[in-house]
Amino acid sequence: MADRSRRDEPSTLEQLCASKEIIVSTGSGGVGKTTTAAALAATAATNLGLKVLVLTVDPARRLATALGMERFGNVETRVPAEAFEEAGVDPQGELWAAMLDTKQSWDDLIRQHAPDAETRDAILANPLYQNITGKFVQSHDYVAMERLYEIHTSGRYDLIVVDTPPTRNAVDFLDAPERMADFFSSRLLRWLIAPYRSRVVGVASRPFYSVADRILGTQFLEDIAEFFILFQSMYDGFVERADAVTGLLGSNVTSFVVVSTLEVAPAREAEYFLQLLTERRYHVGALVLNKTLPEFLLDRDATDSAKVLAKDAAKVAGELDGLVGDDLTPEQRRAHLTHVLGEVGSSFLDYQVVARREAEQRSELSAVPSLTCSIPYFSDDIHSLAGLLALGGTIWR
Amino acid sequence: MTSSAAAGAPGRPGLLDRKLLFVTGKGGVGKTSVASALGLLAARRGLRTLVCEVDPKGDLSDFLGTGTLRFTPTEVRENLYAMSMDTEESLREYLRLQLKVPLLAKLGPLARTFDFIANAAPGVKEILTVGKLTYEVRERHFDLVVVDASATGHVVGQLASPVAINDLVKVGLVRNQTDWMIDLLTDPATTGVVVVTVPEEMPVAETIELIDRLRTETRIDVASVVVNRVLPELFARNEEALFDQLRAPEPTEVLERVAGPGVGKVMDGAELAVELRRSRVPHLTRLREHLPEGLPVLYQPYLFTRSHGVRSTARIADSLGEELGG
Repeated sequence: MADRSRRDEPSTLEQLCASKEIIVSTGSGGVGKTTTAAALAATAATNLGLKVLVLTVDPARRLATALGMERFGNVETRVPAEAFEEAGVDPQGELWAAMLDTKQSWDDLIRQHAPDAETRDAILANPLYQNITGKFVQSHDYVAMERLYEIHTSGRYDLIVVDTPPTRNAVDFLDAPERMADFFSSRLLRWLIAPYRSRVVGVASRPFYSVADRILGTQFLEDIAEFFILFQSMYDGFVERADAVTGLLGSNVTSFVVVSTLEVAPAREAEYFLQLLTERRYHVGALVLNKTLPEFLLDRDATDSAKVLAKDAAKVAGELDGLVGDDLTPEQRRAHLTHVLGEVGSSFLDYQVVARREAEQRSELSAVPSLTCSIPYFSDDIHSLAGLLALGGTIWR
Repeated sequence: MTSSAAAGAPGRPGLLDRKLLFVTGKGGVGKTSVASALGLLAARRGLRTLVCEVDPKGDLSDFLGTGTLRFTPTEVRENLYAMSMDTEESLREYLRLQLKVPLLAKLGPLARTFDFIANAAPGVKEILTVGKLTYEVRERHFDLVVVDASATGHVVGQLASPVAINDLVKVGLVRNQTDWMIDLLTDPATTGVVVVTVPEEMPVAETIELIDRLRTETRIDVASVVVNRVLPELFARNEEALFDQLRAPEPTEVLERVAGPGVGKVMDGAELAVELRRSRVPHLTRLREHLPEGLPVLYQPYLFTRSHGVRSTARIADSLGEELGG
């Protein structure tokens, strides 16, 4: 593994996938992050002969559709050979997929870390635990990282491609293990637990508990206390794991791929995220720009022509008399042709505004990472393995 | 797209007649611009309106053309106020109002470790956010509060947080608090969710899924769907044949003579535009087919000139105003 860090920076996604063990696909929502992750995983499995897992941690369930699998859950599932056959390829490796079920992953984690069966059952039955794992957002980030760590350590895969929640959450996602460790070692936690641990019920004399009691009610405080006392039995395990997870993300087996479109808001977030990753010394392997408009929209001759059409549509329509629309009356023909030509011209100029903005965004963004790839607009959304492989092919080399 | 579709079923409270609107949607669909535009439209119609961004790193201020937003509402223009959620401030305000004692000294440890609790004990940030918003509504500080809420994946957890906390906490001040919050949130005349989407596959799929979850996991009314960035139709149906004929060699020659050598690329551009528009139709159809009956859908045209900033907010407000009528 050590020799990998000494290689030159990968100059293609193929090299990146070949040289890393974990690729984290990040970016704001709606930019095609999940699709990009799945495409990279599928292409790596097909071309590099690797056993690849694509792990989606986004609460919304998108990957299943893109992989042509109706539903796959917390369990790692192999994408069936028939799916590859249908796509007309014979993969050298294997493609597996899993989606994170927060509740299930937490339960697994408790089963794994609990010191004994009694503690395990008490935690699983604690109302606070059930709510935290089932309903709240933050627990997702931590368990995602934990799961990634567990899978990586198991050595079951050559490459794991992880899809992350949108950018602003992705920061939380990076911080999640550390925050969990902080929490378990926090003084507040000890304060909260202290009276229950020492069976001091008359806490009213101490302002802190009095206030907490008035706000939250005694039963709730007891639930919290029970929960954390139980959890503390797993404290060392958690803190150790949290540190290990943080270490793994920053190590040279992991690389981040930032995905963005060239629209203003996603590009701004991508910029923010590139900056943040660089500051924290994470490895940024590539910037993938998705759904980019073709460059011919910026062509100068075309711009001149579009202006003529937009301005003098009626005149141009006159020149075309007798060449098209012979099923129409002359008046209809003239009116429709004028409309069509006018629309063609002004539509070109409209899209050019967007293309120009994209070009500016591109030059700003691509200054940061060593590798930038563009994916053109695909006229159809991708919902098959063949589609994923086609997309992967456009950015692979 | 008729005004009756926008108005929805009879008896359904009008969008701007409600007191609290949570604007959500998959990331990148234009949630913030729609929230700003709804706020601007309401203010123009004389409602004292507050727009609040839940994500403190958000860019609501860009869409409203103001400086950095804070927890204390800033007046943006007549009748329009904006704020940025800060859960620590929200906690402080809550303690000050509820416990009516100078707490900060006594609560030293709580204030210092707030970050730990809020970040690590899940649900705290959610309840402080929803609590502040419902408080503003309850106190009638504003006629309408528009929330630039969390994205699809997280909004259900946020909106369900009072119920979740309510399940956990059986007595005490918090219990009394969540009761009235739930009452406000589940009254359709008061609260509604606006789901923003774009006519693309995944956003549409998530919209359908979200509306389903909101209806099964919360008792909060979905007020409207806004389909953003609808691309224009270039040609009427019979004009497409005419366009195709223009691509034959002879007309192309004429076009190049009259409009210059770049005209081929211009025609390619039109084909791309038609293709992009056409690729979105099945998603719009799917959305319409899966939405609950009577749920109003508002369509917003794609803005070529600008997708960001005050000018675009004003234009979206114009067109939302037209669709909503009144």
